[in-house]
Formats: sequence, structure tokens, C-alpha cells
Amino acid sequence: MTGTDLLVLAGAVTLIVVVNWWFFVAGRTPAALVAAANGAPAEVVIVVDGGYSPASVQVKAGEKVRLVFDRRDDSSCSEEVVIPAFNVRQFLPSGARTVIEIGPLAAGTYPYTCGMSMLRGTIIANA
Amino acid sequence: MPETLEHPIVVTARIPVSGMTCAACQSRVQKTLATQVGVSDASVNLMMGTATVTYDPAAVQPQALVDAINKTGYEAELPTPERSAFEEQESRDRATAEEFKALKWKAIAAGVVGAVSMALMPFMHQMMWITWVLLVATATIMATAGRHFYVRAWKAFTHHSADMNTLVALGTGAAFIYSVIATVMPGFFLARGVPADVYYEAVILIIAFILTGNAFEARAKRNTAAALRALVQLQPRTARVLRDGVERDVPIAHVMAEDIVLVRPGERIPVDGVVREGESAVDESMLTGESMPVTKRTGDRVIGGTINRTGAFRLTATTLGEASVLAQIVKLMRDAQGSRAPIQALADKISGVFVPIVISIAIATFAAWVLFTPDDSFVRAFAAAVTVLIIACPCAMGLAVPTAVMVATGKGAELGVLIKGGEALQRAGDVTTVVLDKTGTVTEGRPTVTDIIVTTPGTEDLLLAQVSALEALSEHPLADAIVQAAKGRGIAQGAVEAFESVTGKGLIGVVQGAAMAVGNAALMADYSVDVTPLSAEVARLADAGRTPMYVARDGALAGLLAVADPIRETSRAAIARLHAMGLKVVMLTGDTERTARAIAKEAGIEGVVAGVLPDGKVAEIKRLQQAGTVVAMVGDGINDAPALAQADVGMAIGTGTDIAAEAADVVLMRGDLRAAAHAIDLSRRTMATMKQNLFWAFIYNVVGIPIAAGVLYPAFGLLLTPVLASAAMAFSSVSVVTNSLRLRRAHIATEN
Repeated sequence: MTGTDLLVLAGAVTLIVVVNWWFFVAGRTPAALVAAANGAPAEVVIVVDGGYSPASVQVKAGEKVRLVFDRRDDSSCSEEVVIPAFNVRQFLPSGARTVIEIGPLAAGTYPYTCGMSMLRGTIIANA
Repeated sequence: MPETLEHPIVVTARIPVSGMTCAACQSRVQKTLATQVGVSDASVNLMMGTATVTYDPAAVQPQALVDAINKTGYEAELPTPERSAFEEQESRDRATAEEFKALKWKAIAAGVVGAVSMALMPFMHQMMWITWVLLVATATIMATAGRHFYVRAWKAFTHHSADMNTLVALGTGAAFIYSVIATVMPGFFLARGVPADVYYEAVILIIAFILTGNAFEARAKRNTAAALRALVQLQPRTARVLRDGVERDVPIAHVMAEDIVLVRPGERIPVDGVVREGESAVDESMLTGESMPVTKRTGDRVIGGTINRTGAFRLTATTLGEASVLAQIVKLMRDAQGSRAPIQALADKISGVFVPIVISIAIATFAAWVLFTPDDSFVRAFAAAVTVLIIACPCAMGLAVPTAVMVATGKGAELGVLIKGGEALQRAGDVTTVVLDKTGTVTEGRPTVTDIIVTTPGTEDLLLAQVSALEALSEHPLADAIVQAAKGRGIAQGAVEAFESVTGKGLIGVVQGAAMAVGNAALMADYSVDVTPLSAEVARLADAGRTPMYVARDGALAGLLAVADPIRETSRAAIARLHAMGLKVVMLTGDTERTARAIAKEAGIEGVVAGVLPDGKVAEIKRLQQAGTVVAMVGDGINDAPALAQADVGMAIGTGTDIAAEAADVVLMRGDLRAAAHAIDLSRRTMATMKQNLFWAFIYNVVGIPIAAGVLYPAFGLLLTPVLASAAMAFSSVSVVTNSLRLRRAHIATEN
């Protein structure tokens, strides 16, 4: 094995590790905590721009949640949001806010994704 | 509440405003809205007749905004669910149409530039300037037609997520950078023994192919929602209402319950209601799948969105807005289309990790080529890595099941079969046994008088007049059939002077001075009436599944009446169809064995379970399930609710009033068993489509990626080019959507 070969091998392994770290590990952000007030549903604005921010939302179990999706991109990838646990498949017009109200949520984790499950987020209901 | 949040919450609402005719009206409404507390932005569109208001929901209610507009003298109304469904569909269609148009022009531009580039390639070695022209052309295409790939890829990257754009951007980006280095400083590669080749035409053609694929995909995806769009558009915008003796057209949202609405021939019925006066034939095919127009008379229910064919009538409005049948169907459909099928779980798991894994494979491919092949392999290594990035197609996997669910639920709605989601579709496709409730499912559910036999010729009407007078006082389920029979013949009931119900035997009483007894042989025996003249008839009728009863007048046998719940006209054909589909059919009924057998024989059903109490239905379904069969239960949504819930697939024959509340997986919009066969047939075809889609989407990547990486090269010398890979990728997702769309043309309702 030549020096170039070793360099290529080391480079490739490093690159693969970095790619997987970036997409699978580095992306885990702490969930944004959202609270309800005065009996109104917990409300959170989720910006849709090539991904969801915040992607992870934490609420108290037993509460209703108003998700306000603020879609800023025009990629057809993010044009729909799907919340399987609530049979939601909602079109999000570009450049507008779309409100989706779900719940009350039983304790648990509810994933939401784009129409093709590539962009992902979660709603966590804690008891 | 807003103070506790970093950013105050605002909501944008579109409020339809009518009556604005000029720019002055527009600015007046706009000013009024802008001065409301809690409103941060208001803009009024005169052409569209809408006000777009951004407001803080904690500070102002939308109704207050509507009231404010109304005070200025223009008419505003809150968006109703069906209106918002309509608008959502419109905005979605607009977005898709724009997307398609943009993609089309981008694809054409990239295609033309790509073709010219390819034609120029052979002359490149003689004329160096061509290389520079190609560099500029490629950069231009990437920055214009292909711009969104890079922008979206970058945005996704910053969110630690990756999608199709990531792959396209990486693949074309890498090829472009390689080519630029080869153009600007060829010595860099030559010094390392690597040819300084350029791939400009490949970059442009890849972009052209993927844009073309995306354009076709956008158009095909639009068609998957065609049925829902058609349903949403059934709702008329206005209704002609009679108020204070004056007819006027009002927006549909202003119609109130109990309003009298006028419907002319050829019009769509604007709201759900009950016919007050008039008679007509109504085409309900768009909601029930029933192709024959249905006659509507005073007292009959009509459904908003259906078409009045022949006569004019007036109706009393009943359910409106969200509660209307059409709105409920639309809601159910949207829920269904948003649901997931369990079969999708694996594809979902893979989609989430797909792109990073493909990038890893591309890197590994590059390294493997460099390490395991002779010295000049760098270019091949690079090309193979780019080909891996380009050929991989996560979209096909993501589209495989949802597009099939969309098209299938839409097709179902056209057939009058509302399937409540992907899971229901999947289970209905596996059904092996269909359990039918007898009353109201196999039969009409409305007992009628089938036979009148009299001992003295010509006394039928007298018999009916006297018996119906007594039955009118009875609470027996069959009594109403006799009363209706008398009414139907225009026979006036006799005056009743005495009446008594004899439990388990029948009725006795005095009508117009005659002592009457109506009931079974035991009742006749009590009054020493000889029944032998008619006992053979009674046995024959009972064998035919009817319920005969003797009638005695003044102690002598006067005749008999037989009542039966007739089999629906369509039941026999439907059951034959279920059998032809290889399904076992079982009928459950509370009737006696003798009656049940007779009905089953007439309908062509092989399996009968008679004498079943309502809770016995659940036990019977459990028994079938324990024997390993997948059971579909067809019954009415209210009385059979527990049995429908127990069955693997519950199919409720919709009463047309409360569709969403039915405890069923499938709602049949017409009382016709053929719809149950349609539901199962459609589900089977949909499952086949989903499996084909998933198979092709998986196999495409499982086979395509290794070939792109070059696994066939050592043995067969086979290598794909990146351009070929881009064509394959574009084709794969289009083919999946197109395959789902084939369900729209499936011949399911062949008997209609």
C-alpha cells in the first residue's frame, strides 16, 4: 500500500465518520419547552426552512398543542407536514403560517415529518 | 401569554370580503382592519375579494375582525371548513402549477444548453476557448435552473438533515469543481498522472434530467389529489333562500338551519336538507357512487353538492358547515390521505437515514476504486462516486405508499366507499371472510306486506282496513308495515272500539263492530278458530322467509297477512361478486333458523348463523377470527357498532347523517352490498400497487447503487455514467407516482 493509498483510506474513513456524525449526532438539539397558559393550548412557531426549527418540542401531557408552521422555503420537499399519530397531512403554503392544532396529548413521543419523511421533528409530551 | 414568549404569536387569516368595487373600498377596509387592536398587518386584495390579516390571537378574535369589516358596509364572513378546504386545495394547486411551470422552463433551458454543450465537446481539443465557454454555460445553468438544488441542500445541511437536493448538489457540485480545476490549472491533475478531463456537459445534462423528472412528478402528484379536488368543488358558493317571502341569493355561509332553500332543475343542491314541497330526481352519484338518479319527495333527505335533475323543489336546511355531509366526507378523506399504512414503516425508517448512508457509500466507492485498481483509476473513482450520488433516489421510496393511499381513497370516494386510512386499506386487502348483518344490509331493512289471502273473495281491502286499525295501536316492529300497506292502497282505517295485545300471540280488538283477532295459530286456538283452510299457505310463506299471521273475524277465519323484509335488489349480485373474489360470506341474524335459511338461499349466501342476539354478533366474529380468518363485518353503524369494532375491518352502511362518527373503518355511502365488494377489490388492488411501488423503489436503489459504484466492472466491464444515472433517477420517482395513478382507472364498479 502506497502513501497515497493510505492517505485516501484515512481521508475516506474520516469523511464518512464526519458525515454520519453531522447528520445523526450533531443534529440532536434539546427540545424546546412550550407551556400552555390560561387553558389555551400550548403554542409554538416552527420555522420550516429546509428543516424544522425548533425540530423538537416538549409539552406537558394532557394539553392541546397549537403548532404554527411558518414555511419560508419553496422546496416541494417541505410542502407537506405529516403527523401520523393524528392523521394529519397538511399542505403548508410557502411564505405563510399554517396552524395545526392537535391533542390533548397522552404522554409519549409523536414524530412529525415532511411528506416524504426526510425532514423530521418530534413532539414530546411529558407526564 | 405573549409576554412570556420571546416572539409574540401572530396568526394570518384570509377573510373573504364581498361588495368592494373600487380602490377606495379596498383602502377603507384595509384602514379599518389596520386600526384594530392586535392587528399587526392587513392587506386587502380587491381582485380576489379577500383581506389578509396578521393578528395576535391573544388580543383579538377573528370574529371581531369580521364584525369590523361588516360595520364599514362590506360583507365579510369567517372562512368555513369547506371553504378553507377549497382554498387550501386552490393554493396547493396554484403552488403545484407554478412549480411545474418553473421546472418545465428550467428543464428546457438546461436541456438546450446541455445538448449544445454535448455537440461542442468533440471540438474542445482543437479549440481551447470552447472549454471556457462551457465553464461559463455550466456555471450559469447551475446558478439559474439548478439554483434551488444548492440553496435547499445548504439549508437542509445547516439543519443537520439531508434530502434529494443534497445528493444532486453534491454530485453535480463535485463534478463541476473537478472540471473547473482541470480547466483553470490542468497542471494540478497532470502532475499527479490524472487526466485533466472536464464534465461540464454531464453536469448540465444531469440537472436537465432531474428537472424534467421533478416536473413530471409535480404534475403526476397533482393528479393524485384529483378526487379530493372534485369533491371540494361540489360545494356551491351561493343558495337561493326564501326569507320574509322574498327570494334572494346568499353566500352559503349565511344559510341558517330551518331556512327554506329553493332548488331549480339542473342546479346543484346547495345545502343538506329535507324536501318541503316538490318532487325531483336527484343525481347523487358523486357522493354515493349510485349511478341511477334517486327520486326525492316531500320528507326525503337531500345532500348538499348533489345535482337536482328534473323538478324544482323547496327544502328546509338541516346540517350546515362543518356538520354537512359533504364537509364530513371531505374531512374524512383528508384524514385518510394523511394517515399512514403500516406497510410504509420500513420505507419511513430508511428514508430518514438514506442520504447520509448514500454519501458514505459514495466516499467508500471512491476510496475502493483508488485502492484496488491500477494507477489511472482516479478519474473512474471520481466518476463512480458521483454516479452513486446521482442514481440514489430517496423520493421513490417516500412516494411509494402515500401516493397509492391518496389515489385509492379518492377512487373509493368516487365509488361511494369512504376508506378511513392506510391501515384500513391494508387490512381490507387481507380480508378472507365477509360477515353480513341481515336486516338493512342483505335486506332493505323495511318490512312490507307481501301477501294478503282472504277466505271470502273480494274482502282484501276490508281485511286490511280492520287489521291496520288495530296494528296502528300496536308497537310491534311489523305493525308499521301493515299500516303503511293500508295507506299505500288509500284504505281508511276502521274505528277501533276495543284493543288488547296478547303477548307472544298477537292482537285482539273490536273494529267497526267486528270482533277481530290477528296473530299466530296459538291465538286462533284460544278462540277455537279452525285454521286448516290456510295452514298449508302459512307453512309455505314461513319457508320462504316471510312472517304470516292469521286473521279471524267474529270467530271465523277471515284470511291471512304475510310481512317480510325483502332482499335488496343488488344483494344477490353483490354476494356472487364476493364469492367470485374468493371470499367466504356469512350472514348473521336474530331471526329463526327457518326465516334465515330462506333469506340466505334467496341471496345466495352459504353460511348462516341464526338466532344471534346483538352481543352474540361480537362473539361470532371472535370465533371466526380465532379460526384464523380475517373478518370484514358489514352492518349499520349504530346497532352493529360493537361488531364493526371487533371485526378486522368494519364497514358501516352510512345513514348519510353522521359519517365521521361511525365506528367503522369503511363507510359505504349507499345501502348496496356491491359497495362492500368494491371496497375489498379496491383495497386489494391498492395493496398490490403499494407492494409494486415499494419493490421497485427498493430494488432500484439496492441494484442501482452497487452498479453505479462499479461492482459489475471487474466481471463485465460495466460502468454507468453519471448522466445515465440521472435519467434513471428521474424516471424512478415518476414511475412510482404513475403506477399509483393507474388505480384511478381500475375497473372496479364493472356492474354499473
